Amino acid sequence: MFTLTETWYLVLAALIFSIGAVGLLVRRNVLVMFMCVELMLNAVNLTFVSFSTALDDLGGQTAVFFVLVVAAAEVVVGLGIIVAIMRRRQSADVDDISLMRG
Amino acid sequence: MTAVWLIPALPLLGFVTLVVLGRKFGDPGAGIFAACMVGLSFLGTLGVFAHLLSLPHEERAISQTLFTWISSGSFKVSIGFLADPLSITMCLFITGIGALIHIYSVGYMKGDPKFSKFFVYLNLFVASMLLLVLGDNLLLTFLGWEGVGACSYLLISFWFTDPKNASAGKKAFVTNRVGDFGFMLATFLVWVTLGTVNYEQIRPLAPGLAAGTATAIALLFFLGATGKSAQLPLFVWLPDAMAGPTPVSALIHAATMVTAGVYLLTRLSPIMAEAGWANDVVAWVGALTALVAACAAIAQNDIKKVLAYSTVSQLGYMFLAVGTQSYVAAVFHMITHASFKALLFLGSGSVIHAMAHEQDMRKYGNLRKYLPITYATFMVGWLAIAGIPPLSGFWSKDEILAGVFNAKTFGNLALWVIGMAVALLTAFYMTRQVIMTFFGEEKWRHAEVDAHGHELHADEEDAVDDHDHHHLTPDHTPHESPISMTLPLVVLAGAAAVAGLLNLPFGDPLKFLEHWLEPTIVGEHELPPGWVQALLSLAAVAVAVIGILGARAVYFQKKVDPAKIEKPVFAHAWYIDETYAKFMGGPGETAFEDVAQFDQKIVDGAVNGIAGGTVGLGNRLKGLQTGLVRTYGLGMAIGAVALLAYVVTRIGG
Amino acid sequence: MTAAVLQNVLASVGGLPSIEFSSVAPSIILALGGVLLLTVVSVTKDKLPVWFPAVWTISAAVAALCTVFRLWIRVGKWGNLSLISGAVGLDRFSLFVIGTLCVSVVMGALLLEGYLRREDLEGPEWYVLLLLAAAGGTTMAAANDLIVLFIGLEILSIAVYILSAMHRRRMSSLESGLKYFIHGAFASAFLLYGIAMVYGATGSTNLARISTFLADNVITQNGLMLGGIALMLVGFAFKVAAVPFHQWAPDVYQGAPTPVSAFMAAAVKTAAFAGMIRVFVLALGPTYRDEWRPMVLALAVLSLLVGSVMALVQTNVKRMLAYSSIGHAGFILVAVHSSTAMGTSAALFYLLSYTFMVMGSFGVVAVVGRKGDGHHQLSDYRGLGRIRPGLALAFTIFLLAQAGVPLTAGFLSKFYVIRSAIDSGDTALGVVAMLAAVIAAFLYLRVIVAMYFEGEPGDEVAPVKVPAAVSVAIGIALAGTLLLGIVPDPVTHAANEATAELVAPRR
Repeated sequence: MFTLTETWYLVLAALIFSIGAVGLLVRRNVLVMFMCVELMLNAVNLTFVSFSTALDDLGGQTAVFFVLVVAAAEVVVGLGIIVAIMRRRQSADVDDISLMRG
Repeated sequence: MTAVWLIPALPLLGFVTLVVLGRKFGDPGAGIFAACMVGLSFLGTLGVFAHLLSLPHEERAISQTLFTWISSGSFKVSIGFLADPLSITMCLFITGIGALIHIYSVGYMKGDPKFSKFFVYLNLFVASMLLLVLGDNLLLTFLGWEGVGACSYLLISFWFTDPKNASAGKKAFVTNRVGDFGFMLATFLVWVTLGTVNYEQIRPLAPGLAAGTATAIALLFFLGATGKSAQLPLFVWLPDAMAGPTPVSALIHAATMVTAGVYLLTRLSPIMAEAGWANDVVAWVGALTALVAACAAIAQNDIKKVLAYSTVSQLGYMFLAVGTQSYVAAVFHMITHASFKALLFLGSGSVIHAMAHEQDMRKYGNLRKYLPITYATFMVGWLAIAGIPPLSGFWSKDEILAGVFNAKTFGNLALWVIGMAVALLTAFYMTRQVIMTFFGEEKWRHAEVDAHGHELHADEEDAVDDHDHHHLTPDHTPHESPISMTLPLVVLAGAAAVAGLLNLPFGDPLKFLEHWLEPTIVGEHELPPGWVQALLSLAAVAVAVIGILGARAVYFQKKVDPAKIEKPVFAHAWYIDETYAKFMGGPGETAFEDVAQFDQKIVDGAVNGIAGGTVGLGNRLKGLQTGLVRTYGLGMAIGAVALLAYVVTRIGG
Repeated sequence: MTAAVLQNVLASVGGLPSIEFSSVAPSIILALGGVLLLTVVSVTKDKLPVWFPAVWTISAAVAALCTVFRLWIRVGKWGNLSLISGAVGLDRFSLFVIGTLCVSVVMGALLLEGYLRREDLEGPEWYVLLLLAAAGGTTMAAANDLIVLFIGLEILSIAVYILSAMHRRRMSSLESGLKYFIHGAFASAFLLYGIAMVYGATGSTNLARISTFLADNVITQNGLMLGGIALMLVGFAFKVAAVPFHQWAPDVYQGAPTPVSAFMAAAVKTAAFAGMIRVFVLALGPTYRDEWRPMVLALAVLSLLVGSVMALVQTNVKRMLAYSSIGHAGFILVAVHSSTAMGTSAALFYLLSYTFMVMGSFGVVAVVGRKGDGHHQLSDYRGLGRIRPGLALAFTIFLLAQAGVPLTAGFLSKFYVIRSAIDSGDTALGVVAMLAAVIAAFLYLRVIVAMYFEGEPGDEVAPVKVPAAVSVAIGIALAGTLLLGIVPDPVTHAANEATAELVAPRR
């Protein structure tokens, strides 16, 4: 019988993390980039939970709570900044945001 | 008399006071105040000097620790001063000549809108220079080293309205940073190997250094010295530094700061004694610099540039002496050179002052009639540097050459020949300068009427000391400078005449300087026996006389037979160059021009190239900084992948 | 281990867990100070004087600083402590860092005071965020657990994300906030993933446990552990702006309100380096130093060279300071790389000196930026030596200090760093560091030249006004820069005593 060991979860998490990372690099919409970051953080959460189960240690699961709180706080701040910019720009395209360079 | 700290503290106090109150003191108050501070410092130095003399020979060193600056673990550095014969000798001429130049500047800078600022910098310079020589460890010396560099830079760019001056300042900064890098590395190497940077502690430990380490340390310090003391290949900044006011050229770029490299190597004679072939390098670089700069001096028409190249050349002599372990001769020449070169610079300043800030010697002539005091004192300086006995330059130069003759340095006879050649060239270019400036016809009267329609000043105009814009007109009548300027000239002329008495070669009791410096120097090489020295002296005098007569022949021939050569030679300065090129029988004018070209194109180019390359690299990297969020993300991702790729190679290891 | 934290949190619902509040007093004072300030101001509305938030913030920071001194003595007497079930470690290392952070809060608040008035911005939020950011930083400095460290980092970072976007009228401020935020979140994800991997490899997030686990066991399948180390390094390298994770820094420093740039350069760097030293030198130092040191070496060399070279070609002074801060990060990385107690104290000394130097520099930049915070070109500094001689002199000293001129803090900090490199046998690295210092000297020179040797500014611009609060900040910075250079002994001693220790939690 085929069993799902935690390795599978870890690999899945790694894939999700990579998708998030690549997404952040290729998408131009700030909101989508932002979601990609969330994807990465949640991939890490999955990793924590998998290790927690594998190690039979509660610590990993506790960590997830903290990460969730942090992610929520980031969302609030990030959206705030994005809204402030969109009010002035009417665009969510990051490539437009390059006043400063060099 | 343990108030050694007062010596640098007084000019520093002057600096601080002038920063705050300089404007209030005004012109000439600020200048007089600054001069007084340096003068008091000179008196303090004399006091310490007298105290040292009263001590027994071997105990002549006062070390005074103010407080511990850095102490971490076994490593301790204190803010402390070491007054020993070497440092006090330096202090004596720094404060003595410094005070004279301050007095001179009161007259020279009169009416300058930034009068008080000038003295702010000048006092800071003197304080830094004194710190450099009095510091009892390498770090304090380095502090002074940086301080004098900064002041030099500030003063070169003093008249910053001229972009050329600012760029000359920058060039000084760039080349000096290269040298400083050597200093830093060497200091670290000393500290790593000996565990201390204190001179008195280095002394007993130095013989334990491995030969390779000592050589490396010596070479790195020498790199530092080539920057500060304008030696090959870092000498290019000094001629450009003449853009600064003339008293600055006299004080910083002739008498004091540029000798810091010589001081440093002399101070580190315990390490130099272990440094093997590094000494040969020092000697050869010194000799070659002396030769190249002397050749270049011949091709100059700017009165200050001749002196600038001459300074480089004389510094080369000092390094030649250091490299052949004739430290006493090096210090001796440093003292005599400080007096006669300061004299010559101040004299040239007086000439420039009289000639409406024109620096082109081709427009001078017959000035002895108008500037009697400047002329008389300049004559003393000229004969001193040319090496005519009994003036000071003869004795010190002679001692260096005798030392070289007897040295065990690689190729010492070749070095001696180079030294003699430089002596000849020195006599030649100084005579040329004297003739062009003080003798002959009053050429500025013909400036506008040039046979070929050339404006004579066209190519030299940028070198003019132009803080005010009078122009030299044909009906100009030069006037002797005010007393504040001529008095220092007279005093310095006296010093330049008799400074040779410090170390006369006639018998042991007359070698005052040698006995005085003996306790601080390690590994001083023996001079040849008396009769050899006497013969060498005769040869040196002969060479000097040939140089003078040669120049006289070249520059006076037109006087003797005016009908024949008057027109072309008077009209075209470069005919003169051609004449001396023929007279010399060497590769001719082009050779000298080539030297000047080499200086300007190759060496300058290299300095600019390094700076330019760095900037170019920066500009290229700037392209990566697109301002786009995703590019930066990509950069980070690439970095992360690189780190991960690295750890993959470590897996299982 | 974090389970214990959870238990404590749960227990707090019913009764207080055994937390020694006095021992975490600095963090609490800063955090509570921030929250209370927000409350007080919103309750009293406009009745408070304008200077109130600044004074409040400074008082909180000074109070925190006082507790730091008290704890310093206490730790000396009773030894290092492990608090809150081992999640927080109290040692002189963390106290030194916390003290440094408090200093930057004081100066940051002073700079903000002048800045907000000039820019007609109001609101205590700036100060609240400043205090919260500092609280996050102190948490990081004392973190004994990777999760606590992560939380501290996020509290710090999120507060600074907002601060850099706070000048909402200026598009560049918003852009700066967004760039910092997106890249910061990206880097945080890497750090967190690294933490997760290390947790997976060692079974704990507690630094002391990780350290003992690694000492007792040899991990044969070390891929997970190594991956974790690399990813954590990415996170820290981002926060300290080390090459190649630096590209955000110039843009963000340039766009952010100048006092925020100052705080970012000083406090964020300090806290991030504290966390880095705790994780890499303390927890991973004994067992995995051969693995991470080459990576840190690469970061250090790249940062030193790229930072100095790029700074040379900038015409915007804020941007130039940003690049030079990258170079400074390279220097501190050299100290971290040595992975010794000497390196740690060199890093601490450097961070404190850098706090003074960079706060002072940005203070001058904030003032010269004039109303609108837009005059940051090199040409805007022309003739400053004549218009504002005092300001120009102060800036000159800060720049010379950053260049490493003797008798300033900058010289000794560079000296200690290079010494630590040579002491641990990396002479070549020491030489590279010296070379970078030589290159960097030019860029500081450019500003000095502009101030003293170039003419008046071409077009007439608003006059440079120095508000009282800012001059106090610059005065403090000047005093710090010079005192650390001339009488460095007390701080050197403190930095030498400030060795970090991982105290295992009491069970």
